[in-house]
Amino acid sequence: MSEQLESGAPTFLDKFPDEAAVVRAALWSSFIALALGAVFGLIQALHRTDVLRLIDSTDYYTVLTAHGVLMVVSFTIFFLVGLFTWATVRSFDRGVESIRYTWTWYGLMVAGTLMAVVAILGGFVPQTDISADVLFTFYAPMQAHPLFYGGLAIFVIGTWLAGADYIWTWRAWAAENPDERIPLQGFMVLTTMLMWYVATIGIAIAVVAFLLPWSLGLFDQINPLLTRTLFWFWGHPVVYFWLMPAYLLWYTVLPTIAGGRLFSDPLGRVVFVLFLLLSTPVGIHHQYVDPGIAEGFKTIAMTNTMFLLLPSLLTAFTVVASVEHGARQRGGTGLLGWLRALPWRNPAFTGMMLAGLMFAAGGFSGMINAGMNINYLVHNTIWVPGHFHLTVGTAVALTLMAATYWLWPQLTNRRLYSRPIGLAQVVIWFVGMGLMSNAMHVQGLFGIPRRTAEPQYEGFDFVASFGSVSELNLQLAIGGTLLFISTMLFVTNIALSAGTPKLSGIGQPLSEPLSTVDDSPEILDNLKLWFGIALVLVVLAYALPLASIIDRGGLLGPGVDPVPMIVEPVAATIEPTLGRLAAAVGSVVP
Amino acid sequence: MNIHNYEKIWLVLSMLLIIGFISTVVYGATAVGIEMVNDEGGTIDSTALDEDDRFSEPRVEKVGEDEYEAYVVARQFIFEPNPIEVPANSTVTFYVTSPDVLHGFEVVGTNANAMVVPGEITELTVEVNEPKEYGILCNEYCGGGHHTMEGKLIVVPEDEFELGDSNDE
Repeated sequence: MSEQLESGAPTFLDKFPDEAAVVRAALWSSFIALALGAVFGLIQALHRTDVLRLIDSTDYYTVLTAHGVLMVVSFTIFFLVGLFTWATVRSFDRGVESIRYTWTWYGLMVAGTLMAVVAILGGFVPQTDISADVLFTFYAPMQAHPLFYGGLAIFVIGTWLAGADYIWTWRAWAAENPDERIPLQGFMVLTTMLMWYVATIGIAIAVVAFLLPWSLGLFDQINPLLTRTLFWFWGHPVVYFWLMPAYLLWYTVLPTIAGGRLFSDPLGRVVFVLFLLLSTPVGIHHQYVDPGIAEGFKTIAMTNTMFLLLPSLLTAFTVVASVEHGARQRGGTGLLGWLRALPWRNPAFTGMMLAGLMFAAGGFSGMINAGMNINYLVHNTIWVPGHFHLTVGTAVALTLMAATYWLWPQLTNRRLYSRPIGLAQVVIWFVGMGLMSNAMHVQGLFGIPRRTAEPQYEGFDFVASFGSVSELNLQLAIGGTLLFISTMLFVTNIALSAGTPKLSGIGQPLSEPLSTVDDSPEILDNLKLWFGIALVLVVLAYALPLASIIDRGGLLGPGVDPVPMIVEPVAATIEPTLGRLAAAVGSVVP
Repeated sequence: MNIHNYEKIWLVLSMLLIIGFISTVVYGATAVGIEMVNDEGGTIDSTALDEDDRFSEPRVEKVGEDEYEAYVVARQFIFEPNPIEVPANSTVTFYVTSPDVLHGFEVVGTNANAMVVPGEITELTVEVNEPKEYGILCNEYCGGGHHTMEGKLIVVPEDEFELGDSNDE
């Protein structure tokens, strides 16, 4: 462990103090969201299993909305922008072009989050007319308060500006280093952000063109299948937006922590290019059992989805090979004996390895979801959250937490408060998720639905083919409780680290890949080309289905009234104003 | 580009796995005949279900030898008709729509499971065998009472089945 602390090299904070401050702010925003999300998660786990019901079942959906939005929008994406700012500045080895600009996009993301959170938590206060009990997916014609959609829009604009910040740094670097290949971390950041620009086209249109003006009363009808399809246009690639920070860490940080080197830089680039190309033209696989979409479009999405397994399978190979290389450098031998030579006492290493292991399991349940016909059995059952708590809930979340144990000293020049607590924390997460996710998968096979406050029905019981429903409920509740404890240990450990003494020379340089970028063709770095192909693939996958949906239901779907999830429809105070506005706009809206 | 031999083997195996998965789905769709819910159910004005002959009176109808159609309305927070009664050993096509928000239509313990979207009609054909009672539940969040939204599908012996039973609610 001493090798981690006394390298004598400068840390990120030593070299780029201004940028380190932004990274810390973004990570703290992420951790606050994580802690709040964990509280809501615990309430849900105990409520739906009927172990402990602290809230009214109607409020369950407010809790669920908050849990979903805080975890998969705020926690993951704040971490991403923090990590990407670090990776960009570190790998191009230059500060951002304007730190004021960097703080601006961070500020926008915070403002957007606060707006959405106020709208959601308003659901607990019946006296206000603010509410957004629409869950993370906000399917129209359920309607949230305009603050919710507005907050979401501002948040996404913040991420766009963050992407522009990374591109700005890259271009400035490229002007000074015209003949150099893009460094690997920079390449990963840039391809991920380009994927994000493609993906967010869907959500931007859904929110700005339809949901926000509709929630403001500018028009009163909407085509629910259209906004749902636009949601999933974004809703699938966003999972890779969560995942790519974990991949970046597995490719560029994990090998160093394991004591070795990345197996192949070029293959890493190929993987990120594949994600840029294939992440978006697959969203319709969330709509296999939707009416109004032809089977052919669903088959295309299914085929693309299966090919999207390829970059993850390649990653499994590269990560394991790199870790094995590290183990052999540390003196490990034998077919599997090298596993013993790895730094298992290091929470950063063990956390990332356990996350990777669970990702394998999550990958397999994902392959089942992707199979169109078998999906009938599990669609919208609790199997699905069982699946994504392994992927975003562990492969991503546990990797981000574990990597923080390594990254945080680089950003603060302080040692972690406690490595043993960190080690316990990642193991508790793994055990808790093992229990909870297993129970969810099995319950899903019995047909128990997701997103339901009380999955206990009057007219029928679920038939358990093995075990019993109540046993699984207990397993789920225990798992959820362990996850909550683990989250609190993590956040406390990071917070207490602020009290440890300042150190110097604890920088940790990252090791160079075994097979370097020089082995790869230059075309890999042609980001314009890959971005262009990604756009073409999206047009191919979505132009016809969207045209068909609009043709069937109209742009604003005649015959569907809004169903506000607002206690009272939009405040009486602003209604007259909006009414006048609507009257003025009414003439241009078909 | 320098690719290690082990990596090449892994790449080939991965591609075989992917093609294998796609083949199983294609096999399910063609040889076994599992059809996807698609766009053939048509559209409807969700504010005027009572003007539509099928959904103004949700019911089961006989359309052929051992073939039935069930017109079902999923709304906050009930299914109509309830219960849905069909005879054993028949083919039933469900037509499901919603006048308000999205719902799910899941016959518990079976693979009859589809989304219900206002403005669209979900068409789903299933085979029913032995007489049995199934629960139906909504598996897409539809509002504060979502967890109370349930119904029943009763498969009755062929000789006890009478059309119109389900309309008596």
